[in-house]
Amino acid sequence: MTKKLMYGTHAIGEAAIQAGCTCYFGYPITPQNELPEYMSQRLPEVPGGVFIQAESELAAINMVLGASVAGARAMTSSSSPGISLKQEGISFLAGSELPAVIVNIMRGGPGLGNIAPAQSDYFQATRGGGHGDYRLVVFAPASVQEMADLTFHAFDVADEYRTPVMILGDGMLGQMMEPVVMPKPRKGKKAAEKDYILTGAKGRPARLVKSLILDTKDMEEHNWKLVRKFKRIEERETRWEGYMLDDAEMVVIAYGTAARIARGAINRLRREDSNLRVGMIRPITVSPFPVKAIRDAAQTIKDFFVFEMSTGQMVDDVRLALEGQGTIHFYGRPGGVVPSARELGRSIARRYYQAIRKRKQ
Amino acid sequence: MKKVYQRPRSLRDVPMHYCPGCGHSIIHRLIAELLDEMGLRDSAICVPPAGCAVLAYYYLDIDMVEAPHGRATAVATGIKRVRPDNLVFSYQGDGDLAAIGTAEALHTANRGENITVIFVNNAVYGMTGGQMAPTTLAGMKTTTTPAGRKPKSEGPPIRVCELLSGLANTVYLERTAVNSPANVIKTKKAIRKAFSVQQKKAGFSLVEILSPCPTNWRMDTVASCTWIDEVMAREFPLGVIKEVPC
Amino acid sequence: MLIKTIFSGFGGQGVLSTGQILAQAAMLQGRFVTYLPSYGAEVRGGTANCTVTISDEEIASPIASEPEFVVALNQPSFSRFQNLLHSGGFLLYNSSLVEPAFVRGDIETRGVPITELAQKIGNVKVANMIMLGAFIAVSNLLAFDRMLKHLPDILGAGKAKLLKANQEAFERGYHFIEEHAHGD
Ligand SMILES: Cc1ncc(C[n+]2csc(CCOP(=O)(O)OP(=O)(O)O)c2C)c(N)n1
Ligand code: SF4
Ligand SMILES: [Mg+2]
Repeated sequence: MTKKLMYGTHAIGEAAIQAGCTCYFGYPITPQNELPEYMSQRLPEVPGGVFIQAESELAAINMVLGASVAGARAMTSSSSPGISLKQEGISFLAGSELPAVIVNIMRGGPGLGNIAPAQSDYFQATRGGGHGDYRLVVFAPASVQEMADLTFHAFDVADEYRTPVMILGDGMLGQMMEPVVMPKPRKGKKAAEKDYILTGAKGRPARLVKSLILDTKDMEEHNWKLVRKFKRIEERETRWEGYMLDDAEMVVIAYGTAARIARGAINRLRREDSNLRVGMIRPITVSPFPVKAIRDAAQTIKDFFVFEMSTGQMVDDVRLALEGQGTIHFYGRPGGVVPSARELGRSIARRYYQAIRKRKQ
Repeated sequence: MKKVYQRPRSLRDVPMHYCPGCGHSIIHRLIAELLDEMGLRDSAICVPPAGCAVLAYYYLDIDMVEAPHGRATAVATGIKRVRPDNLVFSYQGDGDLAAIGTAEALHTANRGENITVIFVNNAVYGMTGGQMAPTTLAGMKTTTTPAGRKPKSEGPPIRVCELLSGLANTVYLERTAVNSPANVIKTKKAIRKAFSVQQKKAGFSLVEILSPCPTNWRMDTVASCTWIDEVMAREFPLGVIKEVPC
Repeated sequence: MLIKTIFSGFGGQGVLSTGQILAQAAMLQGRFVTYLPSYGAEVRGGTANCTVTISDEEIASPIASEPEFVVALNQPSFSRFQNLLHSGGFLLYNSSLVEPAFVRGDIETRGVPITELAQKIGNVKVANMIMLGAFIAVSNLLAFDRMLKHLPDILGAGKAKLLKANQEAFERGYHFIEEHAHGD
């Protein structure tokens, strides 16, 4: 297992190729341009590899739809404003039950915003984003290694459940370099036969892939089918990581870059003050959200500190998970600001001692 | 008794939902006949539009995938790049292709994707109730141009074939109509030509078909057909607009 | 042990590649490492910087709000980044370009005339490697010999032609600190 120092964006690209992705379609936008650039160089080396710089994000996501329905593993990537444009296509992918991997390297918003790392698109990513009654599977890596691992895994999840899957990163994860052990396809592992793809109706009945279902009863059943599918995903694919939870009196909940900063803050606090018992739950899938992990923690822990690089989006999911139990503290830095571990640590420590004082009263 | 006429294999035996006198049903039939005659049914993949022809997938008995409104050429690009040996064509209305999907159509043509576009120009948005389309004629009344289209403020109608003819990678562009038996035969010939261009892997082909929409034109079927000859074909001249030998 | 270093200077001085070389070397010596370059609007106007974090355990935040080391290759970086330094931190600077006029009292500084030294070697392009050698000497972050041995791998085939000059520069910087143990 050799390690290679890689950029986050390149790790995503290489992992996609290792996962058997042969098609990439995208439109340039900062801070993720290094990913299409990487793919433009790598895909021509891959048998059947297709790279197109599309005329827009709309075109790109629909090229993905076409490649996917033709049976290929396909992906696109963008950053916040471009992801907004892709939402129609993502909704069509979900409705037509077509696999695809979509990467969002988030930046500050709304509007054109800026190009600094942010977590401003959590609602959009986890609530479907496009129109209609569906859920997206969303992975939130927190390191370059995870960008590779989760991208590799995302293609399997997309195929297994016939669903679009999103990798939700941010400018910092995209730009930084870390050592990576690149996931490799298991030898002899054959991709499952896809019985819905379009190949020309030779020797079989014609196939139809669509999302238009005019009969309301049928549409209703289709909606419930998507719900059942997501339930299955929830049961089998939900991922999270616990950190220093054993003796914790307060749990920080953060994902992606924010979770890394939080981890730094927790390490610092624990080093400086042994009375400060803070742990962390880091959602790795933000959709499905690790509800059970948080509910379980709430059995013994009363204070939850949510940190996001936004004005507070995931905090809603924490609130829903806790169902009124415990107390939620929130610290947010939107707009592309990345706080230091020290700054965050101060906020955590303050809330921690306030909470303890309150409990004693 | 000898059969002189029968339902093509590529056309399903179901009643079509189109209005009486609508061009879509004729065009569907022509495509189905050609798929049979050219032996292409088994390799064909069609991308129908959002528009009246959205239900084309209930009529053509071939592999089909639905695209969002206007994005059919992008979807077709994705399919064709993965399956270069299949016959891939989109079927699009004027709103779909020349308004919301202009960028995709233009760039697909410019890349010279080896696909065929069947472009049905009926000068209105049929499906949504007869609003102005990019191809609506000057002065023509629609539900959103009650006083007639004003070219000064609403722009003149867009001639798609002529627009695309300037792009180096377009290979075959023809405009036909389905308002008379003679024109129907010409249309079939044009589509045959376009499919064969694709079979030769020569590049982008598009057949623009002037097609009656009696319902939204508020005319009877005969008047609609006459109107195509007398008015519409003046704005949109019929014939081969561009042909690169291949 | 977790040490953060900011490399900073003009674009074109090799600031980013110097940080990357250090990060690769750390990885090859079995350490945890992150490399975070400045990006986008920040790199307009010709300045560049990057943060390299090297640690014996998993690295939480890759951002250096209070680095242990700053390496400044030009005057603006010298002024800007010394303010970030951890109290007791170390500021290594390019004395060929930097006039150390205002210096905090609670940090250590050390100048290396990398442009002059590079000219003596006969290749100004390797000035950044002189700085990196000097940095290894003052920081003791990585083993010098192992890093020297790994340089061919790190620089890769693309830089094979310049390998010798780079190695020489790296050694020159390292020994410069040893030879001038008490400042210049
Ligand atoms: C994003 C989006 N906007 C609007 C619509 C509604 N819509 C469906 S078809 C159509 C226009 C159809 O006109 P045209 O393409 O000319 O096809 P025709 O029905 O005339 O054959 C519109 C506006 C839609 N489906 N999706
Ligand atoms: S509205 Fe017009 S285009 Fe649509 S089916 Fe009726 S006649 Fe045809
Ligand atoms: Mg129309």
